[in-house]
Amino acid sequence: MYAWHFTEMPYPNHPDPDTVPSVRVSLPNKHFDPKLGADLYNRYLDEHLLADELGLNIMLNEHHQTATCLDVAAPLSAAILARQTSKARICILGNPMSNRADPIRVAEEMAMIDCISRGRLDAGFVRGVPYEVFAANTNPTQTLERLWEGIDLCVKAWTHREGCFNFEGKFWHKRSVNIWPTPYQQPHPPVWITGSSDKENIREVARRGFTFAMFLQPYEKVREMFDAYRECAIYDDPEEVRRHIAYMPLVATGETEEEAEVYAKKVAWYLSAKTAPQFRNPPGYVPVSFNVNALKGTYSGRTDAVRTRGIEYLKEQGVLMYGTPDQVFEQVRAFYDHVGGFGQLLMMQQAGHLDHEETVKSMTLFAKEVYPRIREEFDFKLAKKGAAAQ
Amino acid sequence: MTDTKSETIEMVQIQDIGIEVERRGGGAPLVLLNDEEGLTRESPVVDELAKSFEVIIPEPPGFGASSRPGWIETMDDIAYVMLDFLDEAGIEDATVLGFSLGGWIAAEMATKNTSRISRLALVDPYGIKVGGPWDRDIQDIWFLTKEEVQALKYADPANGDIDYTVMPDEKLEVVARNRESFARFCWQPYMHNPKLKRRLHRIDVPTLVIWGAADGVVSTGYGKAFAGTIPGARFEVVEDGGHFPHLEQPAAFMDVLGGFLAEAQQAA
Amino acid sequence: MDAWYFTEMPYPHLPPQDSFASDRVSLTNAVFDPEIGADLYNRYLDEYVIADDLGLNLMLNEHHQTPTCLDAAVPLTAAILARETTKGRILVLGNPVANRADPVRIAEEMAMVDCISRGRLDAGFVRGVPYEIFASNTNPAQTSERLWEGLELILRAWTTRDGPFSFESPHWRKRAVNIWPVPYQQPHPPVWTTGSTDGPNIDRVARHGFHFASFLQPHERVRVLFDRYRKAAPDGPEAATRRLGFMPIVAVGETAGEARERAEKLRWFIQSKTAPQFRNPPGYVAVDLNVRALKGEFSGRTAAIRQEGMDTLIEMGVVMAGTPDQVVAQVERFHDRVGGFGHLLVMLQAGFLDHEETVRNITLFAQEVYPRIRHLAAPDAPAPKQKARAGR
Repeated sequence: MYAWHFTEMPYPNHPDPDTVPSVRVSLPNKHFDPKLGADLYNRYLDEHLLADELGLNIMLNEHHQTATCLDVAAPLSAAILARQTSKARICILGNPMSNRADPIRVAEEMAMIDCISRGRLDAGFVRGVPYEVFAANTNPTQTLERLWEGIDLCVKAWTHREGCFNFEGKFWHKRSVNIWPTPYQQPHPPVWITGSSDKENIREVARRGFTFAMFLQPYEKVREMFDAYRECAIYDDPEEVRRHIAYMPLVATGETEEEAEVYAKKVAWYLSAKTAPQFRNPPGYVPVSFNVNALKGTYSGRTDAVRTRGIEYLKEQGVLMYGTPDQVFEQVRAFYDHVGGFGQLLMMQQAGHLDHEETVKSMTLFAKEVYPRIREEFDFKLAKKGAAAQ
Repeated sequence: MTDTKSETIEMVQIQDIGIEVERRGGGAPLVLLNDEEGLTRESPVVDELAKSFEVIIPEPPGFGASSRPGWIETMDDIAYVMLDFLDEAGIEDATVLGFSLGGWIAAEMATKNTSRISRLALVDPYGIKVGGPWDRDIQDIWFLTKEEVQALKYADPANGDIDYTVMPDEKLEVVARNRESFARFCWQPYMHNPKLKRRLHRIDVPTLVIWGAADGVVSTGYGKAFAGTIPGARFEVVEDGGHFPHLEQPAAFMDVLGGFLAEAQQAA
Repeated sequence: MDAWYFTEMPYPHLPPQDSFASDRVSLTNAVFDPEIGADLYNRYLDEYVIADDLGLNLMLNEHHQTPTCLDAAVPLTAAILARETTKGRILVLGNPVANRADPVRIAEEMAMVDCISRGRLDAGFVRGVPYEIFASNTNPAQTSERLWEGLELILRAWTTRDGPFSFESPHWRKRAVNIWPVPYQQPHPPVWTTGSTDGPNIDRVARHGFHFASFLQPHERVRVLFDRYRKAAPDGPEAATRRLGFMPIVAVGETAGEARERAEKLRWFIQSKTAPQFRNPPGYVAVDLNVRALKGEFSGRTAAIRQEGMDTLIEMGVVMAGTPDQVVAQVERFHDRVGGFGHLLVMLQAGFLDHEETVRNITLFAQEVYPRIRHLAAPDAPAPKQKARAGR
């Protein structure tokens, strides 16, 4: 099992959510102070460098028009870390392919980062969270179609070596694609996709041999989705399948329980960020059957379910893992058992007002006291020799 | 429900699309193009009209029970399908009455071919852009909260209260699907066809444009501009009505519409 | 005068020239060896850091589907340098707005780089060279309007603070723009653009107060462009001159001979081949220019200059090569001949010039030439400060 350090790079110094309709999309950017922003960017990047030193991998993502995430262009931060780190793998999870206007550009950016990092990139693609269709102005009824057409075009651009190819799809028309550079890894960087409820989509991910990731969901839900992936996975070796299954909790490791609880409350901030209702479920983002339930008042997204709960509940569900190193290890193990196993632990170890010193402490404790046990206990016992090497 | 002479619902095949068609009443044909929320079809206005006309309500692809193949992307596509329907049903001398999205479809149809259409009435239609790139001609109903949108659409917001939790699932499916189709076709360019404004001069039948004075999604200014591009079109405002003036002020609405239909029938 | 170090980050290891029709667009990427590519990226970035240490500013650009330039996404390298350097300004020249699909994303990327660099970004926007139309599949007849519309959208996104705005035009439609972050510099980073033939375009650039740069053109041509810019600038010719930039290829040697050899290696860039149909797609230039092209009058810079000998290139000012004294003299002469300009964009690496030679070239320029030309045109931006290494 590999562990990946992650932060959404928040700007926590915004007005109290109770005083504004939405922290995402429409909170005016006059609340952003560039000097503070500059400090935050550099601090978060420093923490990623620390992750590299500590032997952790690195995960990045991208969001738009929101104080919850300053990383508005993940390829930029990935490029910086490709250059400044030397050991860690770097996973972008993910490029919002449905909302990006040109999949070929995404392919070029990924290829460039893969070269600069000498083959340490994991390239993820996501549909993009519902509220971001307002920023991108993507048609919410088309996000899944756009996602897959974009991925197909990107993979083709990465792997085609016989000069120019053309493409005339539903969303994109290209007359002569022949990208320079091509990726460093052959045939291309590993691809990751996230999901939360669409089983047909998960099957698609599994059939292509991509890694499937889930974030911040109660373990029962996670079990269901991981089982769906395992059913359709194309790898014969179950350990290889496991290597392609990823989960992200919030993680806070403290020297004492009290310290960990302080950290945990701070990172749980992430779940409380307010998004106005019309941004959370634009028409057509989820299928009609889900919306029928929404109209009846019986469907509410993950956000509603977990948002209002306390950290004890979140810990029970496996959404938040916190405590002393021993306790964190036990929670990882319990979650592992609950969901039938997984291979990649993506950890949101910084969020909200968790400051630099606290983040460093939590990361270091995890890396030194929890990770070695995790590596041993959940080591990949792959049938093929050498396949586990990074 | 007032008595009607007859009421049928059937599916009519147009190319690869199944179009749901309801008919009520009897007499000269009045083709009614429903609003995107499906409210007009359920309103007393239809029964009023069914007293003097055969009201024919074809639901556009993606709305009601009509199917929605992937190649249907714009109102332009839908207008051609609706004209195909008029041909298929052998309708002649039709009055076409369109509400909101239905009004947009009716306008598109009339710019293309009025051989089966004798007169046109549009009620708070969407469909054109009036201002420049930085202007929001049509309020972004998907960007605002439900409450804000309701306040824009209704002179008295309480008139827009609908309790979905007590509706049967089949009805809720229609509601959810209508919303999805609406977004699919109207998301971007937002609520308009960039070409339509340049084509409205082609409408060569008597036209009435009715507007709710309190319509906050598309203003009376927008409505006037819309009517102004159609040769000879009349523009009438219904006071104390919003985007659905026929729902909030049915009597005043029928006065205005009734007058136009009577004149137009005499002139015919 | 400010000097900005530049390389296009080439991949020079190509098959024999006569074995393929075009370097650009269609030379198969099977030629690209990622191991060599990885070494080259890191080497070029190292050279930028060295240039920064030596007190030069830095310039980057972006091209697609070509071994002449491995920087396929300039915001990425700009972000790297924003993080790795501390002294110099970083000029992106430029984001190919007409060929990119979303100007708001460009605005976001530039704002992020400006923040990470703590306000050291100069943001350039270009139409994009003609042959890149084939890579992006932009309609060549629409590139100018896309550039200007995109630019307006970017400026509006950078400077609107009160909440989301909408935008609806034929090329881009946005319902709610409210970018986070916004740029570090207020109201926004300095804006640059380039140009070579379009007079009215230059007028427009000048009226907006944007910086204007010309690349690898003979001095007579540059004079015409710069004079036009000065004439149209609302704040007078002196202030305008300080916003003008020129890029020559520069080779500095301990001896004239060494410099000459260096220059020949750099010249590779100008030799690169672009198939004719890629060089002038329909509608990219105005009708009257195409009439002249049909009559055989008009030939692009590339065709004319490609054939010239090194002496002529030096006489034109396209190449500046020699000992430090000689290069200083050439810069001064070019400066006089074009009526003055404030920014010298120095292509000090190209083609087969290896790491050691590149470092020599940069060092000689930075230490022996730059101090002696600083006084020319008294640049508008303050001299690169010796900033303390900010605690990161």
